[in-house]
Amino acid sequence: MIDLSIDLGFLKLKNPVLTASGTFGYGVEFSPFLDLNKLGGVVVKGLYFNARPGNPPPRLVETASGLINAIGLQGIGVKRFSEEILPQLKGYDTALIVNVCGEDDEEYAAVVEYLDKQEGIAAYELNISCPNTKREGRCPALSPDTTYAVVRLVKKTSSRPVITKLSPNVTDIVEIALSAQEAGSDGLALANTFLAMAIDTDKQTPKLANVFGGLSGPAIKPLTLRMVYQVAQRVHIPIVGIGGIVSGNDALEYMIAGASAIEVGTANFVDPESTEKIIRDLEVYCRKNGIEKIEQIIGSLKV
Amino acid sequence: MYKEPKALIVHKKKWGEYCLFGIQTEKIANLAQPGQFIMVRTNDSLHPLLRRPISIHSVQDGTLEIYFQQAGTGTRLLSQKKEGEHLDIIGPLGKGFRLESSPERQNVALIGGGRGIAPLYFLARKLRDLLVPIRIYYGGKTIEDIPLRQKFEEENFEILLSTDDGSFGFKGIVTALFQASLQEFFPSRIFACGPEAMMEKIAQIAREKDIYAEFSLEAYMGCGFGACWGCVRKIKNGTKEEWQKICEEGPVFAGEQIIWQEEEEFL
Repeated sequence: MIDLSIDLGFLKLKNPVLTASGTFGYGVEFSPFLDLNKLGGVVVKGLYFNARPGNPPPRLVETASGLINAIGLQGIGVKRFSEEILPQLKGYDTALIVNVCGEDDEEYAAVVEYLDKQEGIAAYELNISCPNTKREGRCPALSPDTTYAVVRLVKKTSSRPVITKLSPNVTDIVEIALSAQEAGSDGLALANTFLAMAIDTDKQTPKLANVFGGLSGPAIKPLTLRMVYQVAQRVHIPIVGIGGIVSGNDALEYMIAGASAIEVGTANFVDPESTEKIIRDLEVYCRKNGIEKIEQIIGSLKV
Repeated sequence: MYKEPKALIVHKKKWGEYCLFGIQTEKIANLAQPGQFIMVRTNDSLHPLLRRPISIHSVQDGTLEIYFQQAGTGTRLLSQKKEGEHLDIIGPLGKGFRLESSPERQNVALIGGGRGIAPLYFLARKLRDLLVPIRIYYGGKTIEDIPLRQKFEEENFEILLSTDDGSFGFKGIVTALFQASLQEFFPSRIFACGPEAMMEKIAQIAREKDIYAEFSLEAYMGCGFGACWGCVRKIKNGTKEEWQKICEEGPVFAGEQIIWQEEEEFL
């Protein structure tokens, strides 16, 4: 029997495969396709305190092996989430992680304070890196100081573990990662989407109403993988690798580079059963390579 | 909603840019309603990445037909699939035309422009089963854009055809043809699908004449089943206006719900 479980220290997962926020709705959308109980965890769509209308369309554009989105975090807010969605997710035996957003530091804290009173949540993923807020793609994750401030405030408020999701749109992600760790973050998620754009040459207009958005999908995998590897060399808290994972092999690359778990994002749209397939791929890999416990491969890269 | 990773293509027809597949998929076919769609993978590689939303054209004995136009890389690759090959599809998706709320046995007009005819064949057959008197208006830029005319005629549907250049049927846009025949065939309901400007014009006529109308909208979609929130459009909900997901709340909306966007191109 292969042991796929992962101990993050602050949270035990039945396997390393989670879903990436924003690509898995509130989880329930995927129940016709797969058994949520099989997943290591479900990270639900980012929540601000209040409901948000999101950006005008077009919100999506496909590029070479990638997808640029500018959804603008349309969402139902913490109250409706707690009343309508949480009860539906209660029956599932999987780690429920809520992605927390804010227009300012106080809003992050308010979201966490509200959710802390609800049952059935395993941890928070602090989304300090969403490029679609009003501030032309600016977010706390762009500097070590603003990262430190928001993580510190949320950690003070939260009774649950906090995983800080970083932005790849920085000069030195290691510096930001260290800052989040110093502020008390329990884990790191690397990374959010890359700021990107696409142009309609006939009309000479941007293809997204928001002009730019965040690039995800297989196109970004090598980029984020490099960041996970670099950060893993320097931090001692666990890392969740995200970016373009569509197969078991992609997941393994991240784990070998130093990620303790991974999130599957855009692949959920292409094949809503992706996560289940990746879990099966991991099991096959372990069996083939005589690995009894998948934790053995974390950070096993030989350079 | 089902995912069918290996649905067999049992027949295929191609007319220039337009393509029709018959796909064996009992589960999806049995559930499908007129106006719903499927999400189709166009290839096995990672580019193009996303599935394409394609309207359900008809359903018969466990076989589902789709009809589409090559509009980009994804639909071009899809049109190259052959009979005997398999398609990875998800469906049926979305909310179709609302048949239940309608007054029975009163005239219904179905208006399709170009590839927008796709869902109206399924709808026409359904309405005929319900003994509803229907008339179909089918228009395109040229004769090349209305290849399904024979299919409708073979089934003895009453169908009026138009082409912008006059290469077949009425010369002019399909909305003009519809407007010109309002006197002799006044519908109590209109179901339409086609270019945005065509539908907007029909919505305007319907409003003026106080005819109930529904429209099937098109959108780029990420997932097709409500998870990505990528395909939204501004929709009136009572007194409010909100971004609604075309894949889930649509693709069919009542005329009074839709906020039309001006488009420079017409048909």
